Order: sequence, then C-alpha cells, then structure tokens
Amino acid sequence: MDSPPMDTPPMDTPPMDTPHVPLLDVQDLTVEFATRRGPVRAVRRVSLSIARGETLGVVGESGSGKSVTSYAVMRILDRAGRIAEGSIAFSGVPLRELGEGEMQDIRGREISMIFQNPRAALNPIRTVGRQIADVLLRHGQATRANARAKAIEALEQVRIARAAERYDAYPFELSGGMCQRIVIALALACRPRLLIADEPTTGLDVTTQKAVMDLVSELTRARGMSTLLITHDLGLAAAYCDRVVVMQQGEVVESAASHSIFRAPQHAYTRRLMRATPRPGARLRDLLPEGGAVPEPVATAPAAAPDAPPLLEVSSLVKEYPRAGAAGLLTRWLKRGAPPAPFRAVDGISFTIRRGESLGLVGESGCGKSTTSMMLMRLLDPSSGSIRFLGQEIGAMPARGFAASPLRRRIQMVFQDPTDSLNPRLTAARAIADPILRMGEARGAALRARIDELADLVGLPRALLHRFPHQLSGGQKARVGIARAIALNPDLVILDEPTAALDVSVQAVVLNLLQDLKLRLGMSYLFVSHDLHVVRLLCDRVIVMRQGRIVEEGSAEQVLEAPRADYTRELIAAIPHPPI
Amino acid sequence: MLRTALTRLGTALPSLAGVIIVTFLLTRVLPGDPAIYFAGPVASPEAIAAIRAQLGLDQPLWAQFASYIAALVKGDLGVSLTTGQPVAAEIAARLPASAELTLLGLFLAVAVAVPLGILAALRQGSWIDHACRLLTTAGVSLPVFFTGLLAVYVFYYLLGWSPAPLGRLDSFLSEPPARTGFLLVDSLLAGDMEVFHAALAQILLPAATLGLFALAPLARMTRAAMLAALSAEFIRTARASGLGARSVVLTYAFRNAMLPVLTTLGMVFSFLLGANVLVEKVFAWPGIGSYAVEALIASDFAPVQGFVLTMAILYILLNLAIDLLYGLIDPRMRKVA
Repeated sequence: MDSPPMDTPPMDTPPMDTPHVPLLDVQDLTVEFATRRGPVRAVRRVSLSIARGETLGVVGESGSGKSVTSYAVMRILDRAGRIAEGSIAFSGVPLRELGEGEMQDIRGREISMIFQNPRAALNPIRTVGRQIADVLLRHGQATRANARAKAIEALEQVRIARAAERYDAYPFELSGGMCQRIVIALALACRPRLLIADEPTTGLDVTTQKAVMDLVSELTRARGMSTLLITHDLGLAAAYCDRVVVMQQGEVVESAASHSIFRAPQHAYTRRLMRATPRPGARLRDLLPEGGAVPEPVATAPAAAPDAPPLLEVSSLVKEYPRAGAAGLLTRWLKRGAPPAPFRAVDGISFTIRRGESLGLVGESGCGKSTTSMMLMRLLDPSSGSIRFLGQEIGAMPARGFAASPLRRRIQMVFQDPTDSLNPRLTAARAIADPILRMGEARGAALRARIDELADLVGLPRALLHRFPHQLSGGQKARVGIARAIALNPDLVILDEPTAALDVSVQAVVLNLLQDLKLRLGMSYLFVSHDLHVVRLLCDRVIVMRQGRIVEEGSAEQVLEAPRADYTRELIAAIPHPPI
Repeated sequence: MLRTALTRLGTALPSLAGVIIVTFLLTRVLPGDPAIYFAGPVASPEAIAAIRAQLGLDQPLWAQFASYIAALVKGDLGVSLTTGQPVAAEIAARLPASAELTLLGLFLAVAVAVPLGILAALRQGSWIDHACRLLTTAGVSLPVFFTGLLAVYVFYYLLGWSPAPLGRLDSFLSEPPARTGFLLVDSLLAGDMEVFHAALAQILLPAATLGLFALAPLARMTRAAMLAALSAEFIRTARASGLGARSVVLTYAFRNAMLPVLTTLGMVFSFLLGANVLVEKVFAWPGIGSYAVEALIASDFAPVQGFVLTMAILYILLNLAIDLLYGLIDPRMRKVA
C-alpha cells in the first residue's frame, strides 16, 4: 500500500520554480459531497494563491467551506467528498494528477497541517516523540538509529522545555498549549514549504493562543515558509496575515491585503463579520447588522434600590481537591506521613452581585471560574466559606439537598456547549418545559402557553419548537438553552461561556438577546468567560481570576481601559483584534 | 505491573467468597435429594436415612458449610456421588479438554473476525462489508448444536473428511504423555505427528463450531471500533503527515480500536468456557461443561460447586489478564490503576 519513498526530493528547484509562480495556486476549486439527497457543493469555484513566504488568512464562519478547501488541497477529504472541478498547483506541480503514493510524499514533507483541538489531533496511545519519529522515518528524514534524536530536536525547535523527557510523554499528560506545540513540531519536522493551520488556536486560552501564534509566525518566517491560516477570528487573521480571503457558503466573497480589508471592507458579508466582532470601543448594539438596529427595550423590571441587600454574597469561598496520590486510605496508613497539601482550585474569593447587575468572571482555563460557578449552582460542595443567596446561607446546604430547596429555582444556568447541554431525545419544547414540569408549575394548556411565551421572548420561531436539537442551528440551540434557563423566572442566571461555541454573527445576536432579557425580566447575570471583550459588552463589573484567586475587580470600563493588575494587562494584550 | 496485578487479585477475593456462599446455598435449595438418587429407586427409607447420615446431609446447614469450607481450604472439593471420584481430580482431568477446545475456537474466531472487521470498516458498504454482516448474523442466530450437527452431517457423514465425532482422540491411538493436558501441544512436544494430526482432525469441527459462534460479536466490535478510530482526528493528522495506509490503519487506528475488541474477547471467552456444553455433547467431548450438567441433573452437589468455583477463578484470572493487557495498550489506563 505504501509507495516506495522517493530518492530525490520530488520538486526541489524544478525549472518552473521561478519567483512569479505562486507556491500554491488554486483555481476554480469545487468540492462535492455525496449525501443521501444527492451531491452537495461545499466549495464552489474557489480560487486563491499563496506566494513564497506569504501568510494568507482564510476567514469565514462555520460552513463557509474554509476547512474543506484545505482538505482538498491536501487531498485528505473523507470518502464522501471529492474534488469535482478546478486545479491545484503546488510549486507548478498539479496535485490533482498525482497518484496517492506521490501525494503521500508531499503531505508532511512539502505541505503539512496543524489542526484545531490539538489533543484530539494526536494519537492518544502513542508517545508524542514516536509520533514525530514516525513522520521523520516516513519521509526519510531520519534513520531508525537517529529518529529519537531528530524528534527531540524537532521538539526543541518549538521551545518545549526538557524535550528529551517529553519525547516519552503521552498527549493526555500534556496541556492543550503543549499539545499544540507538539502538533506544530510534527508539522514542521520535515521542513515543509507550506503550512496549513486550520483553526490552530480555537479552544486555547488567549495567552496560549498568542504564544502559539507567535511561535508559528516566527518559525515560518525564519524558514521562509508560506502559511495558510484558516480561522473564524478576524482579529487573529488581521494580526498574523499578509492577505485575507473571506469565504461565505463555499465561495470567496472578498480577497485583499489584510491592512486594507479591515479598514475598507468591500463586500457586505465582510462588513457584517467586522461589525459582529467584539472590539474595543464597540457597544453591544454595534455588533448587530447595519440597519437592523433594535431599540433598547424599556426596563420593565423595577430597579433595585442601591442600598438594598445584595442578591448574592460570596465570602472567602474555598474549594480544595486532594492531590493525586493522597487518596487511598491504605496508602496513607502505610506512609504515615502528613498528606500533601490539597490543591486549592478556588482560594478564598469574595464578591457580591446586586439585583439586576451583571458580573463578569474572567480567567483562563484552570483559574477556578468553572469551579466557582458549579459551587454557586450548588452542584459542588465548597470546602469552606459562605454563599448567601437572597439573604439565606446556601453554601452549607449539601449539594444533593439543594435540588429540593425552594431557592433552587431562583438560580439557573446556561451552559457553554449549546448542543451537548440539550438532551438529544427531547424536542425544543420539551427541553424548555423540563424545569417547569419538575417544579410542578403548570400542565397542559397553561404549560403550552408558557412555552410559546418563552419561545417568543428568546426569539425562537414557534414552528421550531417540535424539532429535536440536531435539527436546529447553533444559534437556535443557544436560544433553547436560554429559554430553559429563564423558564422559572430566576433571579440569578449563571452564563458559562454561552457564546464560545458560536459564530461571531450568532454571538452578536445572542449577546444582544441576553441583554434585552435582563432589562425586561430584571435578572442578574454571572457571566463566565475567557474573553474580556465579550464580557465588557454585557457586564457592569468584572472580576479577573487567576489560580483560584481574584487578581482584579472593578467596573468593566475601568478593568479594560485602565487595568491595575499585570495579569489583566497581559490578558488584554493577548487578545488580537482587527485594526479599527 | 506486579503491584497492579496483586491489588486487582485482592479486590477479587470478596467476589470469590460470594461465589462460594451462593453456590453452596443454591445447590442446597435446589429440588432433588442426592441421598434418594444415590440410594437407587428401590431403597428403603432406612437405607436412605443411613446414606443421608453418611453424607452429612442430616446436619444443620451451617455445619455442612463449615465442613465444606474446612475441606476447601485443604484443596478438597469433595467426592462425586455418581462417579465416586474426587471432584478436584476429575475437573483437573477434564478442564484441559474444554480449555483446548475453547482456546482453539477462540483463536479461529479472532483469526477470521479481526481481519474481516478491519476490512469491513475500511471498505464500508462493499461486498466484504456485506459478507461480514452475513457471517455475523449467521453466527449469532444459528445455535451451536445446530451448526455442530450440520458440520458433523456435512463433513463426517456426507463428505467423510473428518473422523467420527467421538471425543478428543481416535481410540486406537494412545495419548501422548500429559504435560500441558492439551493434546495438540503434548503430541508436538512428544514429536508424535500421527497423534497430532488425529487430535487436530478431532478438534477442528467442534472448534470451528464454537469459533463461528464467537466470531459474530468479535467481528462486529472490530468493525465498529475501527470505524470510530478511523474517523478520529488523529487519523486525519497521520494522513496529513503523509503516513502510508498500512501505518495509518494498523499502527494508528487498529491499536486504538483494540481496547473494545479486547473487552469483547474477554466476555466471549468467559462464556464460551462454561457454555460450550452443547458442543461438548454433540461431539462427545470429555469436557468440564458436560461433566457439570450431568452432575446437576443427578443433584450431585460437590461437582457442581467445584465447577462453579473453577469457573469463578478462571473468570477472575481472565479479567486480570485483560486488565493488564489494557494497561499495556493504553497508557491512560496505567494512570488509573
């Protein structure tokens, strides 16, 4: 099945390898997918080219065909997909006409790829070093004798500390950022001429994102490589690309140098994307498409008196977890020593939320923000500290008992993943009805009326109520999740990264919806997010957390405009944004 | 590794104790009185009472249990009433026959099922995928006594290819000196090719019958696990790095797909070992399954208890082996253990 590796590099300095021939030239590429309802064209007549040493950004929302384009270039489309039309020339060589064996020689050696979700992109049961060695051996860049040394060298190039030790690590033992470095090492190991980066930093923290992207751009620049950066993030494209191609529904709608595209976007879709991207200075309403501006809803809920007791009062909240190895009773008895100090996921934090206020909780993964929201929801028992909600101490109530408490209905939550947080076997209506049924609020006609009312509130067309989650779009699922959370008229809603999985244009709409609902129903929000710009749009006050502690607290404006803590400054600096 | 193995064995002790208690109680509450069975149809009530006293059946349950445990600690599983032989010796004599049959059947099943499952996953919807589906459906839906009888009818009666389905070895041949108790291995060790061929001819049909039954779950699981593994994101990375098809399919996909296949293998093995009674009956195989069933019909307590205990120990050892294999394949499991 393997073709014999070529003895000579396949296309180093062929006659046509002159400076004016672009490194990659894609013309009128059309990709079809066979589906039950006949062929679907996921990419239609896409043309793009990358010059030597150039970084091209391909920007678009989900379903725009940007990833499919790159898979077609690599010819790794899955079985249902095929290139229907068009030509792909790499350094003058028509890739469509190569045999699979020749194509395998090009993959990884001439063109390589890095992917979204780095941990899943690595074989979970093979050491990361062996995976790099596999590629080196495949392309004849190492022998069995020196593969280990060469792989370690590749790890060192992506600045992995103690590379020799990491060679024997498995992906599950490494952090997400570290895994992405491994994937980059894997992609760059054979010194390819083109790197395709498919959403390389989605799901990583902003500071990690910056470190990874800086590394990629530095390495590719040093080697004179070209890069194709596929991203949904306009800011990222603006910060790292020379030229940007905007794709929408399988077609290229605009292509220009990155400094001009953001200053003067030509196509309406580009302008819409630009508007929807949260950025410094923009207000929530600015994110919505032009002309479609909605008037601010009148605050129908009575504003709370400023001196009223706070809705939620958290003081010196702590959550400890035993360290690994401290668990077994027998081991502890055998060793007799003092157990290792437990890990403090949340380390004595205090804050309040007033009625009708939104508080943003910002921090990177592992900072304790999810643990905090789980404790507030009383899904986790705090180790110490108090949580006073509506004047009652709920921190001491065991997590199991809280479900039966009358206060339970007054706190609701909207989850990060709109798909995974809906039961796939329940229709939208049934999902929204769930909390109402559980609390025994209404039955029959009254229940139906309430569901319709909620659907109208969150802007979900009533006709969609009988659909199952897989029949709804991401934004519609997010609306179902929100409708379910507000079904019992809660006082406090915890929003756990509610828009992280959504496209920017959908995010803009959902954020506006949340704001309208808050004004209309007088709820308070605790908005948990890693994105300071998004938090600023919705929140009055912001808390920045790091390693279980609060490093900064203040009004949203103050924290963003004049951050006091170094860490906050670092966070803000790491967020790429279009130069407007 | 050794520590993990010992810890795992330690956690199995309570279940072993449970098995001992439950089988003891169950055999006592089953209908049927061994004394009546043993005394014969024309025995007087006095004779039956005498036998009952002799067997210790007139004593209270706890006393019977205590003497059972006392004997068990010494490795004494009691004496079979129907054959008059010690149960431990009889099980030791018959277990290799069952184990050899099961292992060969399982080997045949794996040898066919795993490549078939991999090919079916690689060429989804092709003729090989359909062949795989047909074979697995046949394997699940045809009972072993039927496939066994069919095999005997076709290969012995019609074609005359295989010898009479009467036990492990032609009665004219003498058994090789027992070292492992597996005739195929012992005959090879003794260098006796004639016996080896004869034993192979005898075992082939029953093993294939068992294998067909075991093949179904294995092939299905291999196919499903391979499909899942092949659609994983790291396979895309491997392909994008230019790795060849063999290395992508075998090194990257199949090793990841092995975990569920291994679990299925353990389950199939454990129920084949005890549940091949029907195959043993059809082929007059002197195995442990037919021994246990005959004892159960005769209300012969000691062999039944001995059988269940043996099965429980085998099952525990098997699970241990699978857990250790898991750790070898998947580094994440080592952390958990």
